[in-house]
Amino acid sequence: MSKSANDYTTANPALVEISHLVKHFELGRGQRVHAVDDVSLSIYPNEVVGLVGESGSGKSTLGKTVVGLHDKTAGQVTFNGTQLPARYGGDDFRAMASKMQMIFQDPYSSLNPRMTVGEIVSEGLRLRQDLTPAVVQEKVAHWLRLVGLSPDHQSRYPHEFSGGQRQRIGIARALILEPEFVVCDEPISALDVSVQAQVVNLLGDLTKELGLTLLFIAHDLSMVRYISDRMAVMYLGCLVEVGTSAQVFFDPKHPYTETLIASNPEADPEHERQRPSTTIQGEIPSPINVPAGCRFANRCPKAMSHCSTQTPLLKPIAGEGDQRLVACHLYT
Amino acid sequence: MTHSTDNSAGSTVGAPITAQQQATRQPLLRVDDLHVDFQTYGGVVQAVRGVSFEVAAGQTLAIVGESGCGKSVTVQSLMGLIPMPPGRIHKGTATLRGHDILASKFVGGQDIRGREISMIFQDPMTSLNPTMTIGRQIAETLEVHRGYSQSQAFNRAVELLEMSKIPEAAKRAKQYPFEFSVGMLQRAMIAMAIACEPAILVADEPTTALDVTIQAQILDLLGDLQQETGMAIILITHDLGVVARMADDVMVMYAGEVVERGSVDDIFYCSGHPYTQGLRLAMPSNKRAEDGGAEQTLLAIDGSPPDLFNPPTGCAYHPRCPHAMNVCAQQAPAQYGLGSTSASNQGLSHQAACWLHHELCAAQKDQP
Repeated sequence: MSKSANDYTTANPALVEISHLVKHFELGRGQRVHAVDDVSLSIYPNEVVGLVGESGSGKSTLGKTVVGLHDKTAGQVTFNGTQLPARYGGDDFRAMASKMQMIFQDPYSSLNPRMTVGEIVSEGLRLRQDLTPAVVQEKVAHWLRLVGLSPDHQSRYPHEFSGGQRQRIGIARALILEPEFVVCDEPISALDVSVQAQVVNLLGDLTKELGLTLLFIAHDLSMVRYISDRMAVMYLGCLVEVGTSAQVFFDPKHPYTETLIASNPEADPEHERQRPSTTIQGEIPSPINVPAGCRFANRCPKAMSHCSTQTPLLKPIAGEGDQRLVACHLYT
Repeated sequence: MTHSTDNSAGSTVGAPITAQQQATRQPLLRVDDLHVDFQTYGGVVQAVRGVSFEVAAGQTLAIVGESGCGKSVTVQSLMGLIPMPPGRIHKGTATLRGHDILASKFVGGQDIRGREISMIFQDPMTSLNPTMTIGRQIAETLEVHRGYSQSQAFNRAVELLEMSKIPEAAKRAKQYPFEFSVGMLQRAMIAMAIACEPAILVADEPTTALDVTIQAQILDLLGDLQQETGMAIILITHDLGVVARMADDVMVMYAGEVVERGSVDDIFYCSGHPYTQGLRLAMPSNKRAEDGGAEQTLLAIDGSPPDLFNPPTGCAYHPRCPHAMNVCAQQAPAQYGLGSTSASNQGLSHQAACWLHHELCAAQKDQP
């Protein structure tokens, strides 16, 4: 399902253009959480971009800010060439709901327990005044069937479903308005292994059938590599590396990506026995007091003296096309 | 190694291990035909339905399975952590060095829990007392089990934190859990668990709440400590990557039963149960094309794990199994002994509970 690197060198206009996006949370007393700091990323039509990073790296905040669930502190997001407002009002949400949607991580808390499945899935269709109740019914039934549930499930409540089934309800809810762009925020993390594959395959099939564009946020590197065309790696609010999934996974450039991928245990005992221990010391620093210079410098095995003073910018790697980006002084 | 299987038994339990095998193995912990159920308003939940396994000193046994398959209940019943009622161990034995630990947790007047078997949990945030310093919590174990004085115990606690590779251990020991990150708390949990040099460390999903980089640190730490102390580890997980990294032996559970067991190589390279194979195929493999890996499609296992109020008749996996036959729905398969990939005869022998290994099926498979 992955596309070759060359597909991105052609100057296709991006569907979603994130430029210099910043999201800070004020804590009072002059302290702030630097959740997303100066992130720029172009997402092209019909591609799946995987976003990986440790918890606390700002992946979910980035996703939520892009769809407007958080106000933007600075920077902008354009969708199909139109700039989106920095702070969404009710009208903005109504206008964007049929273009951008979100699938949430926790299938237990993201569905209202007091609404039936039919009400949950059809809620978005209330924006479409032109639809008669009969058409709405039909659409809900159609979408429940598409995600592998039965139309008879409409009158049931979320508690009657398993985690995998609830995630399917969340998918139907997000896709019934036929959006062009969907942010999937860890849609499979809460599910069992056998059910994860069901949901991933469903998302993959729907993406292909409907021509969707996805921003797929997860921390399971193998799964992200599997589903994504391109992969972006985030560390402490900044993007450190972008490239096709195969490039990032098999040929990581940034020392952080290298460690992240080396830490990912492979379901192959032979491979695991031969692999040297490659753990890095320390943990992700607090996003309140971000280190100066490269944010990874204090844990980086290849850190140089100027890494802790100069901030590396996300730039194309020489000779690898203009879509293979890395933010590291090793490559400048 | 040949393994005779008594098919006529017709029960769900594993084939008995021969006396000769028993003599050669000398397991530290031996669990036989364990059944645990819970009486609830909705009926009886049969959480564990006939689990047998052994653990030898210095070895790591991984128990693999999806949520609700009974892996945690199995180890909790060994530790006496099942509330009774509603829980009930209605059948089976568990012996630690020959002593029955289901009947009594006390050996020679000493509680084996914390001393002989200790446990680390999935969520270190909720497993530690928020009102006690980390050092005191570790010291408490030593005071109770070893009769150390307060200051002796505290000094030992600092040493244990150092063994768990916590920087500035002396300072950290005086801090409270909220001052630690999750990864550091899990190290503190490990320090507490190894305080009395237990023979067996039970790790119930120790890295599920952690990021991959921290997971790698914790797994390395567990491996190093095992090398130093020679303890056995029972590792409960659903992550096959972690299993491949850590385990010597693997036991795959489904719906409260052991569907397959064997050495880690047996399970990964010649698994004999469709559920084990299904789990492997449901996960993306990261082999590059040039290393012989192909662009695979994930093969999901259809359906969801069964309801243990009412486990399916016959083989519990048959409603989801791509190879299901008529017999699978009617009668539970016995444990069939399978060939082993590993040359050494140590650890668990390779067995799978699947009718495909019945001689009639096997004969059919051999025919062209």
